[in-house]
Formats: sequence, structure tokens, C-alpha cells
Amino acid sequence: MTLTQQLITILMVILGTMLTRFLPFLLFPAGKPTPKYIRYLGTVLPAAVFGLLEVYCLKDVSLFTGSHGIPELISIVVVAALHLWKRQMLLSIAGGTVCYMLLVQLVF
Amino acid sequence: MKRKAWKAAFPYTIPIFAGFWFLGMTYGIYMHVSGFSFWYPMLMSLTIFAGSAEFVAVNLLLGAFNPLQALVMTLMLNARHLFYGISMLDKFKGTGWKKFYLIFGMCDESFSINYTADIPADVDRGWFMFFVTLLNHFYWFFGATLGGVFGSLIHFNTEGLDFVMTAMFVVIFLEQWLKDKTHTSALLGLGLSVLCLIAFGSEQFLIPAMAAILGVLTLLRKPMEKGGDAA
Repeated sequence: MTLTQQLITILMVILGTMLTRFLPFLLFPAGKPTPKYIRYLGTVLPAAVFGLLEVYCLKDVSLFTGSHGIPELISIVVVAALHLWKRQMLLSIAGGTVCYMLLVQLVF
Repeated sequence: MKRKAWKAAFPYTIPIFAGFWFLGMTYGIYMHVSGFSFWYPMLMSLTIFAGSAEFVAVNLLLGAFNPLQALVMTLMLNARHLFYGISMLDKFKGTGWKKFYLIFGMCDESFSINYTADIPADVDRGWFMFFVTLLNHFYWFFGATLGGVFGSLIHFNTEGLDFVMTAMFVVIFLEQWLKDKTHTSALLGLGLSVLCLIAFGSEQFLIPAMAAILGVLTLLRKPMEKGGDAA
């Protein structure tokens, strides 16, 4: 690829990303009332999206090879338990991550 | 006003700091070993600010020139931002000029924090969300540039540090769960995503999963609104 072709490719990636981010705001401008269906989606989608993102993070974990997803499972339980116990975001995240690093570096 | 918002926003971004300098550096190193100078990750992390798209962009740059493919791939990969936008329509209202930057920087992490954070009543919402986005953007830029410059020199055992992002999404999922009265949508999101992951594989599942979530939530609109899910 020439430099110009590289620049065009990068511009396409920028354009694609910005389209997905700006489109809802362009379709439903703040000045006009948002359709009820869209407002409904706005209230129920986030909970589903957080589930989707969690699965997205774990998409490459293989249950049948390597460590069978055991370090991931243990560490997620640690994160959830810490969070339900203390409800301190940073503590839950740090605790789970340290647990995961120890497991993948020393145990599995 | 800005000081207060900054102080409230910063703690929420600490896990992103850990995650982004690591992931950003991985990205910078990846670009470095793929033969690109540090200018590429530096400028791309600044202008694209969507982690997964930037990793894919490396492959696009290494392949044959095909701008349409680059656009379609990015649209598919980032289609989930449409859901974020729909959810943030109200929350970004009245944020003035900052709204443009808030939308520009609405990556998974910025969205998740800005949607779920309990912003104290005496803190300006617009500035809070602005600083969350700005800090995340800076962490990513900082990591990517560092990786691009020092790519081949860095050797220490960070294996598993990327789990920090998974852990953060577990916490965000839990926070949303504790706030919601009913959990239909959360369970649908998890269940349908897992089903689609099994059916379509890790490379292809995102779009079918989003379509399934959208479809089922649309079908369930009446009972969900009655049941108080959409309150």
C-alpha cells in the first residue's frame, strides 16, 4: 500500500467508527421528541449490552482446551464476591485481576 | 465546577488506566512488529479511539487496498455503539459543546462508566462525563504511543493483566443488576450472546447477538413495559 492508500484506509476506519457513534444522535436530535419505541430501547438495552460485553470479553476462552476457562471462572467469582461484600469498584476489579494473573502465571 | 467533576470522575477511570495502558501498549507493540513507525499507533489511537477496530485496522493496512471492505468491517465491528447512542440520547442532553466529544469518545468503557456511575448531585454531569471520556482517551493514546516507541524493549510478566477489562465489565454488570428491579434484559443479553457465540463462533457472533437482543426486546415490549422493566 502507498501512503495515500494507507491514509484512505485509516480514514474509512475513522468514518465507520464515527458513523456508529453519531448516527443515533443525528436520527433523534435533542430538539425533537424521541419516538417511544427508541426511548423504550434506551431503557432496556443497557442491561442486555453489559451482558453482551461480558461475553465479548470472554469470547476467546476455550472450554475444551488449555485451562478450560477455569481461571476465568474462579476470577469472575472472586470479582462478584468481593463486589457483593464491599461494593468497592476498584477493590473488586483489582482483586479479581490479581487473582487471575496469579492463576495463569503460577498455577495453570 | 470543573475541579469537582474531575475529582469525581478520576477514581472511576483508574481500572481503565490499568487496562488501557496495557491494551494500548499491546496494540502499539503489535503495530511496531508489523513494521509501522510509532506515528501510526499514536495518530490512530487519537483519531479512531475504538480498540477492537484499531487492531483490525492493522490487518487492513497489511492487506490489499480495499477501502469499502475497511468501512464495512468497521461498521460491523462497531455496530454496538448504536445501542450506546440510543441509551445516551437523554444523558448527553444539555451538555453543550462537550456533547460532540462525548459522542466521539463513546467507547465501551466510556459508555459503561457514564451510563452507570452515580454522579453526586452537586457535580456537573456534563463535565463528569467529559473527564471520564478524556481520561480514557488519554490512557489509550499514552499506551499505544509508548508501545509504538518502546515496543521491542519491554519485557516483564504482564500475562493476565488484560483480565482487568473483563473484571470491570463484571462489576458494571453487577451494578446494573443491583439497580434494576427485574432482570429480564440482563439475562437476555447474557443468554442470547452465549447462544450466538456457540452458534456462530467468536469471530462472527457479535452482529447475530445484537440482532437477537434487539428482536426479543422488541417482541417483549408490552410485557416489559407493564412489568416495570422500562421504568
